[in-house]
Amino acid sequence: MAKKTITSILRRLMPALFKNKKDIKLGFYGPPNAGKTSLANRICKDFTGEEIGSVSKIPHETRNVQFKEKVEISYKGKKMTFKMIDTPGITTKVDYEDFLKYKMNKQDAKNRAKEATQGIIESIKWLDDMDLVVIVLDATENPYNQVNITIIGNLVARKIPVLIVANKSDLNKADVKKIQDAFPEYPVVGLSAKYGKNLDEFYDAIFKLSKKVK
Amino acid sequence: MTKEGRRHLGEIKGFAIQFIPYSEIKSLGADDRIRKILNIVLGNNIIILQGKLKAEEESRLIGDTMAMIGHVKDFKGIELAVIGSDERSNVIDRFRKGFVNILSGGDVAAITIIGPASIVKEIKRNPKKIELLLNK
Repeated sequence: MAKKTITSILRRLMPALFKNKKDIKLGFYGPPNAGKTSLANRICKDFTGEEIGSVSKIPHETRNVQFKEKVEISYKGKKMTFKMIDTPGITTKVDYEDFLKYKMNKQDAKNRAKEATQGIIESIKWLDDMDLVVIVLDATENPYNQVNITIIGNLVARKIPVLIVANKSDLNKADVKKIQDAFPEYPVVGLSAKYGKNLDEFYDAIFKLSKKVK
Repeated sequence: MTKEGRRHLGEIKGFAIQFIPYSEIKSLGADDRIRKILNIVLGNNIIILQGKLKAEEESRLIGDTMAMIGHVKDFKGIELAVIGSDERSNVIDRFRKGFVNILSGGDVAAITIIGPASIVKEIKRNPKKIELLLNK
């Protein structure tokens, strides 16, 4: 009886302690071909043995939101379970003729463009449902792109913690500092999803930001 | 423009640049703002808008743009860039700007450029300058 009463009082005083802890919804956002799926695959492969989706040099390979449930990440003795959500790359234009350069036939290119536009709409809709978002940028590209700023602005408006990843740091043209300079208010981690370089710093940042999840 | 100059520009598809003062969109809701912008862009115009949209409005603009691709002939999307007024400002500057924004009803010191992707190839932006590259 006394135990029940104490538990009830604690429940009222410290609701956060008794809240049902759900898996953190970790979203991967960014422009097309930045390496969102490559990074999500690297994490899923390391901790579940399975990948989340296919990757390609042709832009808009991911045209549907993809999920991987119950991904338990262990890092330095700590464990956290995430629902990984890989989203189609967001852009302001989609031209089927761009796909023809990759030796795709006209009809396939048109279908891919149609699916890509629908995927972008889906990505935007999903912004509301994220707990924590990793913005994956290509470190060889100019970060001053309005789409990047729009995505971050939407996340800030929704009070969703943001981590920026400067991917492809293995390439000579990569400039992680330029991305850090472009987004000084946010944590930026330079890494190579392809070769699994600097993932420790990434996990460290994810665990730190997870504490800010509401 | 001289005849020769016009002939030289003849390679570029026809377009116009339209300036929209913030007062034109200030009283509009998000739906009407986006509709107005897309109507102008679909008429092969590049918009130079005084002020900027909210982040949610920008993402809706992208979503609505995507919904039109494939349904509007030759429409491939838009190019969008915002030159902000606060990118490297300190706390006092931000406070001052916030106060001005409240009085004016929006961030009138910013400039937004929106153009159809069939005309605007790229808007190159870095902290110090902005370049509008057009399709030939």
